[in-house]
Amino acid sequence: MVIEALIKIAIVLFVVLTGVSYTVLVERWVCAWVQDRIGPNRVGPLGLFQPLADVLKLLLKEDIEPLMAQKWFHWVAPVISIAVAFSVLAIVPFGHVLMLGNHAIPLTIASGINIGVLYIVALTSLGVYGITLAGWSSGSKYSLLGGLRSSAQMISYELTLGLGLLSVIMLSGSLDLNTIINSQAQGLWNVVRAPLGFLLFFVSSFAETNRQPFDLPEAEPELVGGYHTEYSSMKFALFFLAEYANIITASAVMTVLFFGGWHLPFVDQLGLSSLAMTIIGVLAFALKVIGLLFVFIWVRWTVPRFRYDQLMNLGWKVLLPLGILNIILTAFEKIYLIA
Amino acid sequence: MSFTEEEVILDRPAFQEVPPRQKILDALMSKDTTVSLDEDALEHEMVLNMGPQHPATHGVLRVLLRLDGETVINAECELGYLHRGYEKLAENMTYHEFIPHTDRLDYISPVANNIAYVMAVEKLLKLEIPRRAQYIRVICAELARISSHLMAMGALAMDVGALTVFVWALREREKLYDIFDVVTGVRFTVSYMRIGGMAQDLEEQGIKMIRAFLDGLPEAIGEIAAMLHKNRIFIERTASIGIMPPDEALDMGWTGPNLRGSGIPADLRRDNPYLVYNELDFDVITRQECDVLARYMVRFEEIKQSAKIVRQCIDNLPNGDVWAHDAKKVLPRKGEIYSNMEELINDFMLVNFGQAAPLGEVYSGIEAAKGELGWYLISNGTGFPWRSKIRSPSFVNLQGLARILEGSMISDIVAIIGSIDPIMGEADK
Repeated sequence: MVIEALIKIAIVLFVVLTGVSYTVLVERWVCAWVQDRIGPNRVGPLGLFQPLADVLKLLLKEDIEPLMAQKWFHWVAPVISIAVAFSVLAIVPFGHVLMLGNHAIPLTIASGINIGVLYIVALTSLGVYGITLAGWSSGSKYSLLGGLRSSAQMISYELTLGLGLLSVIMLSGSLDLNTIINSQAQGLWNVVRAPLGFLLFFVSSFAETNRQPFDLPEAEPELVGGYHTEYSSMKFALFFLAEYANIITASAVMTVLFFGGWHLPFVDQLGLSSLAMTIIGVLAFALKVIGLLFVFIWVRWTVPRFRYDQLMNLGWKVLLPLGILNIILTAFEKIYLIA
Repeated sequence: MSFTEEEVILDRPAFQEVPPRQKILDALMSKDTTVSLDEDALEHEMVLNMGPQHPATHGVLRVLLRLDGETVINAECELGYLHRGYEKLAENMTYHEFIPHTDRLDYISPVANNIAYVMAVEKLLKLEIPRRAQYIRVICAELARISSHLMAMGALAMDVGALTVFVWALREREKLYDIFDVVTGVRFTVSYMRIGGMAQDLEEQGIKMIRAFLDGLPEAIGEIAAMLHKNRIFIERTASIGIMPPDEALDMGWTGPNLRGSGIPADLRRDNPYLVYNELDFDVITRQECDVLARYMVRFEEIKQSAKIVRQCIDNLPNGDVWAHDAKKVLPRKGEIYSNMEELINDFMLVNFGQAAPLGEVYSGIEAAKGELGWYLISNGTGFPWRSKIRSPSFVNLQGLARILEGSMISDIVAIIGSIDPIMGEADK
């Protein structure tokens, strides 16, 4: 059991870490495509070794700690960020059950957690500590402003995120991610059943992951880099990895909650073997995640950035009322359409 | 004065008590721009030093901000980080020798600076230049304006977060650089103009490239418009911030797109026509909103007007020489120097001793991309200016910056600076 979990951890960590570095590369390619440029193509064939070069560069950089920094918090902040980003993946089911002989292996690292949604909400809220601490402990005014922005922003959008989630919980009647996927496999995907909930969750995910148009904590033209202005070397790399890990996590969670996870419609009618079904499931999951990742990147290079007060207005005056409306709509749907 | 060892140790403050950056803090506090670090930054005002090394200050502009949360209570601009003493340098070189330096003033539209400078010198020397040269100067000045406005629009878009628009604008500027490469022989610091004409004629290849550029321009700026003009985030980020009322804009000495963005239709090309502008058909664009978006829209529309002017000039380009025939004032052609004694002597005298300008003083200004770019020259009868004063629009426009920053938020600051479009090479001279 333990060995099984360790193997799964190793595989997931490897896939996600590779995925993160290649998301960076894909982001640069998509960005170049949007901007009529060529993009990275020098390191290796098609620039495929670019992530290696990037990591190597960051590893070899001097780790500078500002004089005014609070050393311990300065050190621990990137660790919190990256740890939280990866921890969420522990409960994301990336496939159904893998049958090896008579031994069933559920394709989740921590299988059998029946409060998966709560776990996700709890951990993503922790992520703000990494950024806020980083901003505060750097001893720089720009970083401080970045940290403050992020705490206000993430707390505001957490509410909308939660309200968007509620519709999923109401529709499937469970906090367990596998149950949620199964309920979508039997009926329709939640993105169809709760489109408003998805929209709210989607927008808040952008805010939660600090991506454009909500990347105010970084806001390069204003705050020079915000909370990570004073970070260098691998500590900066950890923030960088955490940002992309967060996007992958958000895409994975969105896939599970709204796009049926590993479920593909009509595949179970083909009469394939259970192994083939599992593989198709994992591939479907990966494909959906990649599709959402592309949307994340695409949006970033298209829209400008909000201003701080506009962000707050949107969060509290538009999205929050919509979130409450969403609950009422979902309740009606649940009572009159589904039941 | 020397200290004994004991005194030095006694004078040294304990490390914990005095922050290591006390010296900088003292300097800032003596200007009443900062608050003591003892106060809690979250409860009291904070002073933020923006620049001179900041990605959004368009070079080395320094802005000191007193903040309440994210709101600016007051601001103070500090210029001079790129001061190279060009006005003084000009006094120690002949009129011709200074032309390459003008490229380095507003380095976004160098050829316009060339034109402004040589026009002032020509006015001093009472030189008439041929009509073909005047047309080519208008073409170059307008292409430089397009180049500068593209940069201004792109930079504003980048400052509010739309990096893609910036890259698209740079893509179009790249085509302009290619044109300047063919027309003038240099991409960036062109030094194209000469006193009494220009370095070389505008050839057929250059005209063809300019036509191709003008044909592609509507689509290119249409792309930018499609990205921004209906984008609610962009509109909300730029509308109703950085408001400069018309009367104050005049008081501040604003010129160019910034003044026209405040609703005053002032344009030297129309009000005081130079070169052949009075023969050309174009509109003076104004906007009444006086805010960042208005200044942006003025630039956007002016690009179209400039394209219109360039097209008219190319269609009506007269034939003839591109330099005036005045052996004592205009550099002879290279071919003639190599074959004729007279030209060789003139070249030697002009290069070494400059044009002997008549005694007197002269001011000449053109409508450059940022506003009125003028030169005030005082001649003492030698080939060197006794005084060369540059009236650079960026410097004057920046005087209004502190006023319109007050009451805005940090995110607005970058947009407002971007909308004023300062080029520090020109502001600091």
